[in-house]
Amino acid sequence: MKVKYFAWVRERVGKAEETIEPPATVRTVEELIAWLSGQGEAYAYAFEKPKVIRTAIDHTHVKSDAAIAGAREIAFFPPMTGG
Amino acid sequence: MTSSVATCPVAIRIQEDDFDIAREIAVLTKSRTDIGAVVSFSGICRADDDSAKVAALTLEHYPGMAEEEIRRHADEAISRWPLNGVTVIHRVGRFMPGQNIVLVLTASQHRQAAFQAAEFLMDYLKTSAPFWKKEESATGTGWVEAHARDDAAAARWTKS
Repeated sequence: MKVKYFAWVRERVGKAEETIEPPATVRTVEELIAWLSGQGEAYAYAFEKPKVIRTAIDHTHVKSDAAIAGAREIAFFPPMTGG
Repeated sequence: MTSSVATCPVAIRIQEDDFDIAREIAVLTKSRTDIGAVVSFSGICRADDDSAKVAALTLEHYPGMAEEEIRRHADEAISRWPLNGVTVIHRVGRFMPGQNIVLVLTASQHRQAAFQAAEFLMDYLKTSAPFWKKEESATGTGWVEAHARDDAAAARWTKS
């Protein structure tokens, strides 16, 4: 699946997007964040406060218990500050 | 993206270029005799934030989702108030104090619906549309933190 990062999550991870293949045991957004946190220092830093991170699946906001099955694009970002 | 739901055209644009408020109102009201009220809200880059003097702001967005998220809230506004037109323009890029960032126009037969819908759209633009601001000031550069007061402003529109 395709993953995108925005704002300081993007800066900390060090890339704007990538394709990942988490193991089948990773079923929810919360589990995906925990798995990503284990992929190196940059990821651990980006996701050090998982409760702050907002997630969208296929352009729609979702909660941390949302299932990731079938997702084409998952995005992680800080709380929004537009307008 | 532009489309028409019955007699309520909706225009949503995310762009680097500035907008011309008078021109956008003229586009919204052209050839219409059913519109009695247009409310216009402009968000402008401000030099004085809560603590430091802001030298510039950079706006980042999530292309695709930003348009879709604004569209979802425009559709909800149309279902809640009798609107005759909605225009939302959000700029991205780097801005200096005094420059335009966002424009919301709402048109209706009467002022109350137009005022309320414009406020509703702005409250959700701030808390739910995927845009992020980075601030440059004399003390450095950093991402703007979300304000609880903006979440509270959006929450009051939630139907119980």
